[in-house]
Amino acid sequence: MAKDAPPRWDRRMQQRLARGEAAALGELYDRFASLVHSLAHRVLDDEDAADQITREVFGHVWENPHAYDPKEGSMRAWIARLTNRRAVHRLRQSESAALADGGGTAEELELKVDRAAAVARADYIVTSMPAPLREALELAYFKRFDYRQTARRLGVTEDEARRRLRLGLQLLSTAHTARGVGGQEYGSAR
Amino acid sequence: MSGTPETTTTGPAHPGTPEQPPVRDAPAVREAHAGQDGSAVREAHAGRDAPAVREAHAGQDGSAAGSGGGGGGVGDPHRVLKSLLGAWALAACSPEETLAVEEHLTDCGSCAEEAVRLRDAVGLLQTERGLDLDPQLRSRVLATCLNRRPARVPVPAWAQPYDTETARLDALLSDIDPGEWHAPVQLRWFEEERQVRRKATVVSVIGHLMTVDGLVAAALGLDDPLGMAGDGDPTSRTETYWLNARQPPTLTVRGPWREQSHTLLRTVSFAGGGAAELGVSYGAFTLPLEDALLERAFECWVHADDIARAVDYPYEPPTGAHLHKLIDLAARLLPGTLAARRRAGLAAPAQSLVTAGSPGRTLHLEVEGPGGGDWWIPLDSPAAVGSADRKVAHIALDGVEFCQLAAGHVSPQEAAAGQLGDRTAVRDVLFAAASLSRL
Repeated sequence: MAKDAPPRWDRRMQQRLARGEAAALGELYDRFASLVHSLAHRVLDDEDAADQITREVFGHVWENPHAYDPKEGSMRAWIARLTNRRAVHRLRQSESAALADGGGTAEELELKVDRAAAVARADYIVTSMPAPLREALELAYFKRFDYRQTARRLGVTEDEARRRLRLGLQLLSTAHTARGVGGQEYGSAR
Repeated sequence: MSGTPETTTTGPAHPGTPEQPPVRDAPAVREAHAGQDGSAVREAHAGRDAPAVREAHAGQDGSAAGSGGGGGGVGDPHRVLKSLLGAWALAACSPEETLAVEEHLTDCGSCAEEAVRLRDAVGLLQTERGLDLDPQLRSRVLATCLNRRPARVPVPAWAQPYDTETARLDALLSDIDPGEWHAPVQLRWFEEERQVRRKATVVSVIGHLMTVDGLVAAALGLDDPLGMAGDGDPTSRTETYWLNARQPPTLTVRGPWREQSHTLLRTVSFAGGGAAELGVSYGAFTLPLEDALLERAFECWVHADDIARAVDYPYEPPTGAHLHKLIDLAARLLPGTLAARRRAGLAAPAQSLVTAGSPGRTLHLEVEGPGGGDWWIPLDSPAAVGSADRKVAHIALDGVEFCQLAAGHVSPQEAAAGQLGDRTAVRDVLFAAASLSRL
């Protein structure tokens, strides 16, 4: 899968979408659907709403492939931004509607949207963090590997596995503040 | 999202490849320490690259990470325990290490501060991923998109089941644990009038699919993954592949398989409807491209189901519209298969000579459930036309059951089929359906 690695893959995908190739749309979905759906689900905590956002995001990309600028980063990060923006927007709308119906206070609404935005930022950080850190976190968190198993799976020393887990979490913790602690230094780790 | 281990170790310069000494301290942590005045911390830092630390690391397997010092000096435990904080927050340490870290946190302010921060960060990780993404969502999303902006280069209708089934299998592969890639998979088919079985693994099944898909690739002028220019039949090609493939390292076969399926779809999309009749050689017989891709979709589903069983994962049959196309292909292949079996002495002789294109003795194949329908199978000659007026027998069964029969997963004797009329005709057709299967 790494054969056609970004950004070449990203540019080529953009061209194919622009040409109106349905097969390219299928490949785009195969690569990013679970990202989009899970990001949306995290913010909205609702299956149908996440499905709807998934449709909207892919619809937008399919209709506007030129809106993607490879100079601004990977297609993956672009799609994650689109998703987060839409999901948080939708949450704000539905919460405002609930507020109008007498559900909760304005402060509660803001708090909820802020929390969702932090979650969305965290997802974005995970999405765009250097792959070695992301992979280590995935193994330890989703696969419940301990750090020794993580090290073996990644073919690195145990020392390095511990380092990646710690650094990954440090990066992630910056999502709690809009401009994270040391965010720039971490960004340069790429 | 899932990079292969190869990408990890050879990827572009990331901090801490074995060649480059890892960045020992992340900036945020250094800040945290700067705020501390304890000289012990400074000492700890001064000593952090001393051989003793490496010893402490090397020797900590299972043991209590040097808690309490144990002669390593005051700095070493702090250094080691601090490096464990990420793993600790993720519950990815040994019980002894966890205990050691937690004891340390009670009397080290900087570590305690970081520990809280990292533990909160774990809370920001997703509690679930899109693991259970509804497989139907793909077609709904693609339909929404194509409604908004019609494709200039559409995927031909006859290639859509292949598109869907390969995508479903790929989603299954991304969901199963890498440890299950070598799980034993039981392959079953019908050969020499009986059911045969063969042990494979998830990895070797994907290799098999890729190898046989290669027949279609070769017919389209694409690279044959075996480098055999499309020679051989599915079985011999698979045997060749299995014989020559080095025990494939876990994930490597998925990429080439998926890439080939994407390339096939892309190529047939550009070729368009005109390519539907292009012949794809299976060695002993040839199928037009449109049928070959239905056959590949069918096999992809069947083997995805084999894999799903092996790793205990739920897997649904194709949607009704696609299932119908797959059943239709099998039904269309039945008269020719029946004739071949007759020539081999495996089916009863024809009862009447029929001129090509005229109605002959017919079996009514009634398939129930999603994807079902009625098919009229001419019994005496593939050139004859099936006709309700000449019906001599009737088989009724569920669509998925029929596919299981045609895949050789259910024997003709055991197929749950309602049967009426000429018993020989019923038997011959059920056996012909089972003999459509192969490795």
